[in-house]
Amino acid sequence: MQQQQDVVIGLEVHVQLTSLKTKLFCSCPSDYRGKPPNTHTCPVCLGLPGSLPVVNKKAIEFAVMAALALNCQVSERAVFFRKNYFYVDMSKNFQISMYDRAGGTPIGRGGYVDIDVDGTRKRVRISRIQLEEDPARLVHLGPIELSPYTLVDYNRAGIALLEIVTEPDLSSPKEARIFLQKLRSILEHCGIFDGSLEGSMRCDANISLAGGARVEIKNITSFKEVERALSFEIARQRELLKRGQQVRRETRHWDEDRRMTFTLRVKEEEHDYRYFPEPDLVPIVITEDFIERVRSMMPELPDHRAERFMREYGLPEYDARVLTSEKALADFFEACVKLYPSPKKVSNWLMTDTMRVLNEYNLDWSSIKMEPEHLAELLKLMDDGVISIKIAKLLIFDVVLKGIPPSKLVEEKGMKRIVDENYLSQLIEKIFREFPKAVQDALKDEKAVHFLVGQVMRHTKGRADPALTNELIRRKLNELQRSS
Amino acid sequence: MASRKLVSLEQTEHLSWLAKVELSEEEKRVFTEQLNRILEFFRKLDEVDTSNVQPTYHVVELTNVFREDEPASPLPQEEALRNAAHKKNGYFVAPKIV
Repeated sequence: MQQQQDVVIGLEVHVQLTSLKTKLFCSCPSDYRGKPPNTHTCPVCLGLPGSLPVVNKKAIEFAVMAALALNCQVSERAVFFRKNYFYVDMSKNFQISMYDRAGGTPIGRGGYVDIDVDGTRKRVRISRIQLEEDPARLVHLGPIELSPYTLVDYNRAGIALLEIVTEPDLSSPKEARIFLQKLRSILEHCGIFDGSLEGSMRCDANISLAGGARVEIKNITSFKEVERALSFEIARQRELLKRGQQVRRETRHWDEDRRMTFTLRVKEEEHDYRYFPEPDLVPIVITEDFIERVRSMMPELPDHRAERFMREYGLPEYDARVLTSEKALADFFEACVKLYPSPKKVSNWLMTDTMRVLNEYNLDWSSIKMEPEHLAELLKLMDDGVISIKIAKLLIFDVVLKGIPPSKLVEEKGMKRIVDENYLSQLIEKIFREFPKAVQDALKDEKAVHFLVGQVMRHTKGRADPALTNELIRRKLNELQRSS
Repeated sequence: MASRKLVSLEQTEHLSWLAKVELSEEEKRVFTEQLNRILEFFRKLDEVDTSNVQPTYHVVELTNVFREDEPASPLPQEEALRNAAHKKNGYFVAPKIV
């Protein structure tokens, strides 16, 4: 899989501007998730005759901010176009989008995003960014081919969507995933997007192998899926090429459940969309003043934040990059360091122990229940000798998954470190009686001492204070030595 | 100007496919002819010399007509679905297109 210099991938990413309160062209509320179907609509987004779209000003502001954050040149004049096609996901029979034409250009052009792949920086060029409306959500009963009809929910129709198109600069499924993660982090830092919301980031991918043809994959719904979909597609195309068969230039659909791509219905070609300027919307002139105002509101972006983490907290570059790869993670880190000012230790516990829990349960950062106070408390409990590192690594599961404060867990589960000398002495005597041979060995051999300590730990489920246990066992062995 | 064929029968078929409208053989012939006649009328415009005229992209001179990002009450579900020919559980029912 590493031999992938011959793979060329370009992405077309669709990102909802989730921080907007209303849709792109009407005042319908944008919080449609989990709501009953067709309860967030109006004549505009239902495409009723005579209704008129009006552009959401904040959407233009957000789009310009995204363009600046992705190092694009911002258009001086943007024009909306009608993209004509007949499909029930758009009741108007066209989608309002932007188009690169004389008279107006997309919001942003010619930008780039730098990503880190195995410790190396790589630049991915952005060819354009544009605003368009999200289509309706279609519901099928069971698998699409068996469903007797299509159910349509227009709640999502008209939600502001940012289309971000890259140049074919990516050369592996892993790079595609890293790019999407970086993009997500940048847009989240801008405060215009929340990637934890289902379906808020979707993408189509163009992929070609040397000696093949360009294949477009549609319906990739997250950055986790992009790696799977592209890996499948590379394997499929390689197999065809190996057998001397042709790779057909086509559009394929990624099926998340079956984890494979398949040929899609014959689609319109680009010129079939009969783009023309949307007569109901007037051109948007973006002045230098407007751009400067947006620039002045721009918060710190991931790359700068990573540099600050290295400078301010003395973190290694790797830690700084991982921590800033997701805004929520970086925010968590900083909040925790305020409470427990040992940055490297906090970083370690986030990057290894917390991540291990999340990976084990296949969760992402947004589903975490742990609060910064919890991690700080856990680290303090260790420092104070209340719990051992071993116990802490056990406790963190319940802290991360259920958000229970560590001190409460220690109390409830009786996981306090055992420092009761009487109790431990009695336990040691019992163990000495149980393993007379090991005791004999221990009088001569250091290794057998470890075995006895291990037995104490086993009986106390790791809670016995290791230093005290060691000391008590050696004291007991000395007594035996003297009395024999 | 000689009546040069601009739209072929195949193009009319393609158009009907894009518009999701099924045409009979007779209709295809009639529409092809009509489409050609329409384009023929528009050719009249070619007679005007526009080489020194800036293209018009929008008929009104306005720019930047915006709305604030303030939510308003959407239509109740029954209202939204009132004109639907087929509905089910609050959804519009549409023919399946795969």
